[in-house]
Amino acid sequence: MMNRIRKLGADSLGQVEEIGEVVRFGGRILLATTRPPFRWRSFMAAVFDSGVLSVALICASGITVGFVLGLQLYNTLARFGAEDSLGTAVGLSLIRELGPVLTGLLVTGRAGSAITAEIGAMRISQQLDGLRMMAIDPIHFIVMPRATALAFVMPLLSAIFVALGISGAYLIGVELLGLDGGSYLAGLESAVEFRADVLQSLVKSLIFGLLLGLIATWRGYSCEPHSAGVSRATTSTVVTASICILLADYLLTALWSV
Amino acid sequence: MLGFANAGRAGVPRAGHPGASIDGMGRFEEVLGHVTEAEAEFGHVEVRGVALAFGQRRVFEGLDCDFARGRISVLMGGSGTGKSTLLRMIGGLQRPDAGSVRVAGDVIETSDEAGLAKVRNRLGMLFQNGALLDSMSVFDNVALPLREHTDQTESEIADRVHDRLAAVGLLDVDDLLPGELSGGMLRRAALARAIVTEPEILLCDEPFSGLDPPNVSRIEALLTHLNRDRGLTLIVTSHHMATSLRMAHRILLLRNGGCVEGSPAELASSRDSAIREFLGKDGAEHLSRCGSEAQGAKG
Ligand SMILES: Nc1ncnc2c1ncn2[C@@H]1O[C@H](COP(=O)(O)OP(=O)(O)OP(=O)(O)O)[C@@H](O)[C@H]1O
Ligand SMILES: [Mg+2]
Repeated sequence: MMNRIRKLGADSLGQVEEIGEVVRFGGRILLATTRPPFRWRSFMAAVFDSGVLSVALICASGITVGFVLGLQLYNTLARFGAEDSLGTAVGLSLIRELGPVLTGLLVTGRAGSAITAEIGAMRISQQLDGLRMMAIDPIHFIVMPRATALAFVMPLLSAIFVALGISGAYLIGVELLGLDGGSYLAGLESAVEFRADVLQSLVKSLIFGLLLGLIATWRGYSCEPHSAGVSRATTSTVVTASICILLADYLLTALWSV
Repeated sequence: MLGFANAGRAGVPRAGHPGASIDGMGRFEEVLGHVTEAEAEFGHVEVRGVALAFGQRRVFEGLDCDFARGRISVLMGGSGTGKSTLLRMIGGLQRPDAGSVRVAGDVIETSDEAGLAKVRNRLGMLFQNGALLDSMSVFDNVALPLREHTDQTESEIADRVHDRLAAVGLLDVDDLLPGELSGGMLRRAALARAIVTEPEILLCDEPFSGLDPPNVSRIEALLTHLNRDRGLTLIVTSHHMATSLRMAHRILLLRNGGCVEGSPAELASSRDSAIREFLGKDGAEHLSRCGSEAQGAKG
């Protein structure tokens, strides 16, 4: 019993310590962004890997989610005779919640894990130490471009997701179920406000991107130096980042409506 | 005995080395007088009372050693005695639990990354596994430190990189990725990267392992040349007995958490059974052969 309590105590201390380290790590990344030169080439490469190569996944997911939303919301709204507000319902749920959150989760699985694995592999093959010995800061050279690229692509991917989702629901509602296209779009237009909805969506996805960039690079940078350590770090990125994104979503939603 | 050791000292390291010039030998004699400039000066790298343990495994306990400026020191010791770890410690990649490490007067163990970066600008390091960036071509890998730390133009950089790659015997590898090189080529490419910035101190972890005999000679000649003509301080770990004994001014044998230090001849004439066992038949024979040759030459 005592031992268990002791272990619990040690584990919690370890957790707190790690949070401190992550915050310091984040500070170092932030500092690195202000220190010239900005690594444009690596940044663009990371934008390509994390962003451009995720577009297909985001499009496919966005349009399918749009289809499902179109069907489900149509059926629900039809019970109240409010099918005409399909555009409103779809638009608000996608823009405020589903777009940023689902994009965050998808990019975590697709790009966040890859970045952790890449940095982890560099760590265990001493490439990071090699950089240090050449007086090149691996946080500036390797971590910063990847973390900033994740934060940069997340809002863009989220916007694509939302656009495709709205189109998917349009296809189902208007083309398949025979709603009036004009009223779908009019409902959407009148319901969506810039500050309350669009800005919230962009800010959310930016924050998810920052969180993912921090977690994915930290996990790789601090992974245990063996292959099992890399795979554990990769899994942990997906789990931790997903939970953080969902939690942050709740907090941001709550704060935004205050 | 003393006479033998002295004669051995003067003769051993370069005797029979194809590149040894009269001039080189002359300077060598002078360096190896009883108190020399180099010895009078503080060590270029000083390790004092260093202790380090990984969990239960104690690697160093009160390790003291010096690496003199402009000399070749060879670190020897069984596998797992901490040779690579000592090099990492000198490079500031591994902090000791206790004790201090100074490189060219700068304290390593308490420096932050920025302070370490300054020291590392004067250091080159060849890692045991090469540690080249595997997503960059060999050319870009070797050019990287120049692009980062100098404002040379691309054509100057290209010249320098090709020069260093040629020096380690690599031609037409510019566009290959490190993963496309053989182990020996990888190690040589990594050596080219380590010397491209002309460091003052070069840490080489096993530069000869995995190389064919011609390349062993080539790398040995290159390192000796850098040491003799550029005054490079060289710290090499090696299991390659003959080569190490030929190159070394000092040999440091790591064991039991500390180290035994001496010139090759001193080690050869040591009565310590553990040292004799480590040097093995070949090493001891090689040493006494060099020793007697030198004595013959003197007499
Ligand atoms: N990161 C680490 N974690 C735990 N133990 C380590 C670590 N690095 C090294 N060791 C231990 O320290 C000891 C020294 O390792 P090191 O790599 O320095 O040996 P070495 O003398 O270079 O051996 P070799 O000749 O085989 O290269 C070994 O016993 C090793 O198990
Ligand atoms: Mg080693």
